[in-house]
Amino acid sequence: MCLAVPVKVEQLLEDQQAIVDLSGVKTTISLALVDDIEVGDYVILHVGYALNKLDKEEAEETLKLFAEGGI
Amino acid sequence: MALDIKKGTIEMAHGSGGRAMSELIDQLFLPVFDNEYLQQKNDQALMTLPGNRIVMATDSHVVSPLFFPGGDIGSLSVHGTINDVAMSGAKPLYLTAGFILEEGFPLSDLQSIVHSMAEAAKACNTPIVTGDTKVVEKGHGDGIYINTTGIGVVSNELTLKPSNIQVGDKILINGSIGDHGTTIMSARQDMNFSSELRSDSQALHDLVAVMIKACPTIRCMRDPTRGGLAATLNELSQIAKTGMLLDEAQIPVKAAVTATSEILGLDPMYIANEGKLIAICPPDQAESLLASMQSHPKGQDAAIIGEVIEDEHQFVQLKTEFGGKRIIDWRYADPLPRIC
Amino acid sequence: MKYISEFRNGVLAQQIAQQIASEVKPEQQYRLMEFCGGHTHTIFRYGIPDLLPTNVKMLHGPGCPVCVLPIKRIDAAIELAMRPNVILCSYGDMLRVPGSGKMSLLKAKSLGADVRMIYSPADTLKIAQDEPDKQVIFFAVGFETTTPPTAVIIEQALKLKLNNFFIFCNHVLTPPAIKGILEPAKHAGIKVLDGLIGPGHVSVITGSSPYETLAKNFQVPIVISGFEPLDILQSILMLIKQINQQSFQVENQYTRAVSAEGNAKAQALMAEYFELRERFEWRGLGEMPFSAIKIKAKFKHLDAEQCFHLSKTTSCDNKACECPAVLTGQKKPTDCKLFNNPCTPENPLGSCMVSSEGACAAYYTYQPHHYKPHTNR
Repeated sequence: MCLAVPVKVEQLLEDQQAIVDLSGVKTTISLALVDDIEVGDYVILHVGYALNKLDKEEAEETLKLFAEGGI
Repeated sequence: MALDIKKGTIEMAHGSGGRAMSELIDQLFLPVFDNEYLQQKNDQALMTLPGNRIVMATDSHVVSPLFFPGGDIGSLSVHGTINDVAMSGAKPLYLTAGFILEEGFPLSDLQSIVHSMAEAAKACNTPIVTGDTKVVEKGHGDGIYINTTGIGVVSNELTLKPSNIQVGDKILINGSIGDHGTTIMSARQDMNFSSELRSDSQALHDLVAVMIKACPTIRCMRDPTRGGLAATLNELSQIAKTGMLLDEAQIPVKAAVTATSEILGLDPMYIANEGKLIAICPPDQAESLLASMQSHPKGQDAAIIGEVIEDEHQFVQLKTEFGGKRIIDWRYADPLPRIC
Repeated sequence: MKYISEFRNGVLAQQIAQQIASEVKPEQQYRLMEFCGGHTHTIFRYGIPDLLPTNVKMLHGPGCPVCVLPIKRIDAAIELAMRPNVILCSYGDMLRVPGSGKMSLLKAKSLGADVRMIYSPADTLKIAQDEPDKQVIFFAVGFETTTPPTAVIIEQALKLKLNNFFIFCNHVLTPPAIKGILEPAKHAGIKVLDGLIGPGHVSVITGSSPYETLAKNFQVPIVISGFEPLDILQSILMLIKQINQQSFQVENQYTRAVSAEGNAKAQALMAEYFELRERFEWRGLGEMPFSAIKIKAKFKHLDAEQCFHLSKTTSCDNKACECPAVLTGQKKPTDCKLFNNPCTPENPLGSCMVSSEGACAAYYTYQPHHYKPHTNR
């Protein structure tokens, strides 16, 4: 319950809004549920709201675990 | 009386058959659709057809929004019917155009649409030879509805139909899927997406001619419009009483289509196309058919996407990029964006 | 790093699948349930069952707020939509869900109701501002992923002092739902599940800690999983290892998005505007205490249930419907007498068939080899 996608923050707007990008598709979303977002950050987008910031280091760590064939 | 095309709107009188309607036809439709048939000012068109196997197809267009990146309801209505005729291998020759206009519809929009239709028809060498106009009261239409009917001729040797399909045949497509439907959905005002997505609306008769020449033994062709690739392939499977196995890695999808589908929870397999065709051919002809498609501007991204298999359930299956399989089911209705 | 394609790598998938194959004990059964509809979707979209050894069975949970909403609530939404001067705003998922008498929001629209599909709750505020003479009602559904956005628009509606805006609140909570699935089996003294793939985006909001008592009380390992196919495969591997070690921990596989505490800002917003309902009826799972939320009394002027009188309906599910047993993993969809005849995705009779991620709908759509489909094809 759950349809949410990782998108990249391209531009911060006023009123807690931001323009985000996913493979060239841009849309305006709300940052009302998150703090300290900067341009270049990736957030999880669900029904027009960012739910959380994605942690790059953790993502890289997870990918490394996949490559090592699990835990 | 001269029409005020810039600021004028459609009135009930324009559909009444009287002088107002004559003025609309003479000043807005005829100068743009201009050809020897319409110049006769008859209620019908008299044509001589080469050959005696005639193909006819009709399509009505109700798309909203009316104008979108890559086209409008006008060009769509011309391309759509030309494609329906062309899928039989026929050469499209003539079109009709019927309009149902809503009272209050801006004449400037009507003019843009009519220009768009004329350009599309001219590019395909298929004049609009006869037509009709009706007007409905405000609130009883969506601005404009268009019906187009097309006539073409096909050679005696060519009878393409789904029942020709045999186990072992290959399935080809001329390019990426889902472009039109996702463009329309993104163009809805409340969606606020912007991207380089464009409708793929285009006429395919010239590509078809090249394909038939390269592979006269094509079994069947169809354009996957509403319902997408999934609906079309399921229809074909059911008539042919076979199954199909597609290779996901071979199906072309543009990055922007994938992204919009991800955000809205849609699957490109079920999304409308307006400039694509599916061709099914004997396996030994597939490579040369593919080459002929790729050599044409409307088939540059063509690919062999699967094959026809034995299957008593007549399912369309997809081999995923992971090696697993899933069924592409025959959905009852249009997909809606989802949150879950 | 784009966070998507890297997590869909087919070669890595095969590698993890091989690891799974070497980890499983051949004589052991591994019955794993994914709670989330989104996980069900990924599992089938990528053909993951085909990559698993035969003694690893995937069962499908109720994690779809569409599936678990009782007919009564859908009837109420339809009743609201049919009122004159009302604009009912809904996510796409709910539009085709059938209520009583084969009605749905989409059918109500065809009968003249003003039903608008929205992508984001923010759209509903705009509609309310654009149409001050109408009463705009937002049909709010969803677990903890979707609740915080509703809280945000409540806050904005208050700031804008809107007097034509209402929310019909049907938000539900995940930990009680998981408890509702695991409890029947525990009472019966049997075990139907060996491991649970925990909700991913719900946990972005709630954090992974709420699941710890569940894992302990029901002695079942829970792995919070991301939504890409590699995430799910890795989560399956993690569950299998725990099952082999007889461990019942909560592990977080979705570390790039989920923390133990979750999103404190979102949690605070929810606490500001919502409070627990004492009881709420779930389709298929029956009535569960403290499993859903409602708008706090001090904001009742925004609460559709307080402002519109809704008739009391007593509609209920078909008696032969086996959804409760299917949802709790005790029966397979094909064990239900109504499955495929007449219960199909086009004519759903119970919650498991209603949404495409429901267990029965997923089974019907993606695994028809196990049964002969209805001859209408």
